[in-house]
Amino acid sequence: MMKKNTDNRIRKTGMGAKASRRLGNTVVYVILVLITLVWLFPFFGIVLESFRVESRMQQSYLWPKEFGFDNYIRLFNETDFMQWFKNTAIMGVATAVLQTFFVLSMSYVLSRLRFKGRKGLMNLMLILGMFPGFLTMILIYKVFTDLGLTMDMAPVGLIIVYCASSGMSYYVSKGFFDTIPKSLDEAARVDGATRWQVFYKVIMPLSKPIVIYTILMGFMAPWGDFMLASYLIHENSAGMNVAVGVFEWLSKTMVNSNYTMFCAAGVIVALPVTLVFLMLQKYYVEGVTGGAVKG
Amino acid sequence: MKRLNDLEYLKLNKLQVLLYNLKLFFCATLPQFFKNIGLSILNFFKNCGLWVKNEVVDIVTTFTKGNWAVKLSFLFFGFGNFYYGQILRGILFLVFEIIFVGYMLVPSGGLYWLAKSNFLKTGSTVGTVQGRLQYDALYDTDVWVPGDDSVKVLLYALLTIIFIIAFIYTWRLQIKQCRICMDITAKGKKVRSGKDDMRSLLDDQFHKTLLSLPLFGIMAFTVLPIIYMVLIAFTSYDAAHDGYSNLFSWVGLEHFNELMDFGQGGLGLAFGEILSWTLMWAFFATFSNYFLGMFVAIMINKKGIKIKKFWRTVLVMTIAIPQFVSLLYVAKLFDATGIIGKLLLEWNWLPQSMIEANELSLWQNPVSAKILLIVINIWVGIPYIMLMATGILMNIPQDLYESSRIDGANAFQQYSKITLPYMMFVMGPYLLTSFVSNLNNFNVIYLLTQNNQLINTEIGTAGGVSVCHTDLLITWLYKMTLNSAESKYYLASLVGILVFVVVAALSLIVYNVIPSTRNEEDYG
Repeated sequence: MMKKNTDNRIRKTGMGAKASRRLGNTVVYVILVLITLVWLFPFFGIVLESFRVESRMQQSYLWPKEFGFDNYIRLFNETDFMQWFKNTAIMGVATAVLQTFFVLSMSYVLSRLRFKGRKGLMNLMLILGMFPGFLTMILIYKVFTDLGLTMDMAPVGLIIVYCASSGMSYYVSKGFFDTIPKSLDEAARVDGATRWQVFYKVIMPLSKPIVIYTILMGFMAPWGDFMLASYLIHENSAGMNVAVGVFEWLSKTMVNSNYTMFCAAGVIVALPVTLVFLMLQKYYVEGVTGGAVKG
Repeated sequence: MKRLNDLEYLKLNKLQVLLYNLKLFFCATLPQFFKNIGLSILNFFKNCGLWVKNEVVDIVTTFTKGNWAVKLSFLFFGFGNFYYGQILRGILFLVFEIIFVGYMLVPSGGLYWLAKSNFLKTGSTVGTVQGRLQYDALYDTDVWVPGDDSVKVLLYALLTIIFIIAFIYTWRLQIKQCRICMDITAKGKKVRSGKDDMRSLLDDQFHKTLLSLPLFGIMAFTVLPIIYMVLIAFTSYDAAHDGYSNLFSWVGLEHFNELMDFGQGGLGLAFGEILSWTLMWAFFATFSNYFLGMFVAIMINKKGIKIKKFWRTVLVMTIAIPQFVSLLYVAKLFDATGIIGKLLLEWNWLPQSMIEANELSLWQNPVSAKILLIVINIWVGIPYIMLMATGILMNIPQDLYESSRIDGANAFQQYSKITLPYMMFVMGPYLLTSFVSNLNNFNVIYLLTQNNQLINTEIGTAGGVSVCHTDLLITWLYKMTLNSAESKYYLASLVGILVFVVVAALSLIVYNVIPSTRNEEDYG
């Protein structure tokens, strides 16, 4: 797509212009290589340090003097990391499923259907989005404590919290639905399809990219959440997600014996998420760019 | 003021253009803006008055014109529907009324909770029975006799109020339906049956089916807690008055005064300080990301650059890795013992003044810490902007560049006259939302600075927690409610409301200034 555009524009220019462009491109390459190094450095760093054996502390050199799996073995045998990982994975999958349902219903309705109060609803959600959302946790924490959905059961409570209000983040998928021609709906309606049938049989099959995008976002949310999770978990190891669990290891008192283990945990967490993400990268890029273009 | 036409405008030199635009902004745009706000407020009240008048007229005519069943349904829900054959709707209305009346009147029902909560009565407690320790002969020791739990009392009272509002709405709804049925039968047509209603839920009323669950979620988990939070701001809910061991009470506007205390050690001072850094942070974080991200996107999309996909993937990969991993690791890198922090020390790159003050890493000085936060945030944010900008860049019509080149424009002119305005136009709304989310950017600030607390000694403690130089309002609130022994919930709620007011006002102004909303048709 883009290649074609650029090819079209190549035309015969003087030698001077060519040389200056080559110079420009060289500069750009240098900057891009630098950017790549800066962006990837922490990831190489974290992988390398996770294999360090000779010291559990933070060191001022990158390359381990002795390689080994000690940190990983310790991670699995001496800590609750497996439990945290399992919690987060369960939350990821459940959130992905429920949130997709919520977000897609919301965005489909706001994009394709016209009804009284639609504009008001959109304005309301815009305004609600401006409140510092985590203050709602003051009440939710209290209610969930009574219902037994905090501490050990925090993952269940968190799934509810992540999903319940997810309808408010409909913007990207609404942008996508807006781009599907309205004439498709109309044709189906003329043929006697109900709105449910239009949704289920016409629009959904066309919406694979945005469905995958929404699933991906839902799956990734629990891995990165620290704020809401720490609120509900309250230092109860059995209910922790990885972010809250691992965070402790970097506190002033624990960092000296746990730093390399933190790196190992980081690698273990980042691997599956990154792999899933890179596999579905195409859909993510489509979602973000599409959402931006539609505003 | 006199407006120039295009020809006169083009004759002005640069300085005159600037002056003219400034004058235009202050003499025309700004007054117009406030005038519009005033007008819309006025309009709003006018419309409210009209609406009330129409409703009353409609209700009265329905009552006078209606038959016995319609008149009866003013007291007993659904009778009008029964009369016109809408059995299903009638039953639903009737059941709703029975549940409502039952809930209000049962011994520990709605009226009970409302009375107990002393709703908004300044000076009285929320809940009436204080829990206490009492001697128990059986165990031969003092045991805890639970009283009311203020948190619960307030919640039930709030739910009751919402229920009452829903009741009034439903009352009005079923009267409106009687009116509609009257009109339809007067024309000799048939009203909709229960079967029609069920079918329409998958057809013309399909939005109700799809919206029911998501809207319920939003109401229960966002709207209700926010209303609750607003109420909390008028109470004394904190760790000492947690509602269970000690009832909290309504205090009215007392805390607003507390927050307006700008004296030494006053809350106002802390609030002002944190707010100003929050605004500064949001501004720099948003715009540094925006311009640099756009710059990177332009570089990657420059013609003649190969393996575009590779450069893009490298950046996108950083989005995939959970923030707590990357941010915590990067924060440690800049510590005095970290790889980069150590290098800075060894190469003597830290300013002499910092070394003298024994500030051995960038995290230990307020100014350098803030700059470092913004720089790391660039590292976090560029990939997103780069992706978006790439999508937009591909949409800019290439002939614009062609013709500008023929007219002799250089690369910078092309950028400032074509690329930038186009980007600004498309991404204006995004900039606004990203500014708002940066105001509430918990992850970046908390994860980066939690292990490098930089206490602001001039301000000391505020709201029961020591204030850091790098604290945003949101991290301050977080610590106030979670990391503090005093847990001043009321203060957190109050600050939350103020944050909302600031954010809403800013968004309103920005939204009225950005080109996307001003000239919507320009690029259409």
